[in-house]
Amino acid sequence: MWAPFALGKQKAGQAKACPYHITDLENAMNNSHYCPHSPEEISEMLAAIGVSGIEELFAPIPPELRAKTFNIPPGMSEFETYARMQAIVADNSSAMLNFIGGGFYDHVIPAVVDHLSGRSEFYTAYTPYQPECSQGTLQALFEYQTAICRLTGMDVSNASLYDGATACAEAAMMGLRVTGRNRIVVDGCLNPFSRQVLKTYLFNLKVEVVEIAPLDGTLNREELAKVLDDSVAAVLVQNPNFFGCVEDFSAIADQVHAVGALLVASVYPISLGLLKSPAEMGADIAVGDGQSLGNPLSFGGPSFGFITAKKALIRNMPGRIIGETIDKQGRRGYVLTLQAREQHIKRHKATSNICSNQGLYALRGLIFLSSIGRQGMVEMAALNRDKAEYAKAQLADIPGVTVLQSAPTFNEFTVFLPRPAAGVVADLLKLGIAAGVPLGDYYDDSANALVVTVTEKRTRKEIDHFAKELEAALCN
Amino acid sequence: MSTYFTKEHEWVKVKEGIGAVGISEHAAHELGDVTFVELPKMDKIVKQFEVLGSIESVKAASDIYAPISGKVVKVNEALNNTPEIVNESAEDAGWMAWIEIADESELKNLMTSEQYEEFLKTL
Repeated sequence: MWAPFALGKQKAGQAKACPYHITDLENAMNNSHYCPHSPEEISEMLAAIGVSGIEELFAPIPPELRAKTFNIPPGMSEFETYARMQAIVADNSSAMLNFIGGGFYDHVIPAVVDHLSGRSEFYTAYTPYQPECSQGTLQALFEYQTAICRLTGMDVSNASLYDGATACAEAAMMGLRVTGRNRIVVDGCLNPFSRQVLKTYLFNLKVEVVEIAPLDGTLNREELAKVLDDSVAAVLVQNPNFFGCVEDFSAIADQVHAVGALLVASVYPISLGLLKSPAEMGADIAVGDGQSLGNPLSFGGPSFGFITAKKALIRNMPGRIIGETIDKQGRRGYVLTLQAREQHIKRHKATSNICSNQGLYALRGLIFLSSIGRQGMVEMAALNRDKAEYAKAQLADIPGVTVLQSAPTFNEFTVFLPRPAAGVVADLLKLGIAAGVPLGDYYDDSANALVVTVTEKRTRKEIDHFAKELEAALCN
Repeated sequence: MSTYFTKEHEWVKVKEGIGAVGISEHAAHELGDVTFVELPKMDKIVKQFEVLGSIESVKAASDIYAPISGKVVKVNEALNNTPEIVNESAEDAGWMAWIEIADESELKNLMTSEQYEEFLKTL
């Protein structure tokens, strides 16, 4: 028996009851490498393949291409790691009053979302390599597809993509495949991050990306009409757009279809409780980011993207699609369907070479939508709109502040400040208020413009406090 | 009407400057149950041995190559809803498209029925 508290009573040299030498433990912890193998195991493996050492193993790789150093700190014990992580987390501001949107939103997450998605059957599983073995996962994703179709009004959905930005890019790729054309037209009001990811995707393809500069924070319809011709594969728009403006793209859909191109609408799912759906507007493909559906804000991710389309386009959809069927005995079952689109069958001609999905976050989206429900989505969207309208009125009352009035808005709107927005945001951050997204980084001549978001979580008191502090900051 | 074959197992039957195109019975058998045929668009201009369309079966997805250059003047719309026709009648009712032949001399790049039979034995 080891009696730790008896040490003081023992004479020197008698402390042998300890099962290990403390220095050995420290060494083991401090030197716990990032490699799971012991030196003995490594020698054994090298001997088995007839190589004298690590140096010989890597000899075929030219020295200049080898990593000089991995530049990683020594290993830590579990306890040290935990303390370090806690210290990092402590740097986060958890009490910040959040008026930031721009694609990622601070919405309520019902407790059931964490509870159900945290179940180990869902939480620990990666994409199953024999998918039909995981009927529970497939059923959840099938129901996710159904929920997303009902939300957007579109015919078909895949089992999710990485995020909203890659979903935009995948939609553009669909347009290229379906039409066989090589021009993509993008509304400059589309989220700048999505536009950047789109350009990255298309960089090495012989595809021309035409961006239409925004007109008062909305799509410049005259410019669009000028660039639309039968070389255009797809037109990408966003609703509400990056300025918060809500637009009806129904007429645009007709124009786009008249030249044989596809209309891609990027939408903010929470807004669909209130706004005309992409299907109602005549979009061929609707995409978006699923963060707002039950996924927390955590430095930009993780999240999921959704992509939906008209049924005729299903064979050009990227990613996995779950189908419902019956087995030999007539029992309901779920399968991966239309796999001939995918890379394990169609290789380089696959509809996408990123066919993984964000299953866990899509599942959270499904649980969120199921628990909020149809009526709940309507009420939630109305709350967002009403609170944002209240905030808009409060901010418009501040001397020197004007609100962009070119279009109706949902829960996000653009204000013009009397001085550069970035500085104002920095001042308010010190007071615990995250005031919004300054537009100066993304658009020319927009340094004084700020996009403010008000979700259902903001109270009247918080909005009043924000307005008061903003006014004070602008007076200084 | 003469029938010619490609090494990729397409056939073309030529009559009055028009080539009817499909895949061979051998290919249909090898593919197994056909689930989808992606037909070319009308008026598409194709070059010999370039991709004309594609075909999916329970086993695989494959491209269909044009056996001859020309313009697509007709497609077999019946395959949209009943692709299994390809299995039932690959070299007749399972035709995929009619091509207005641009250059009949290209037929010399193809195999006759007899040559194709011999070719199959070498596979």
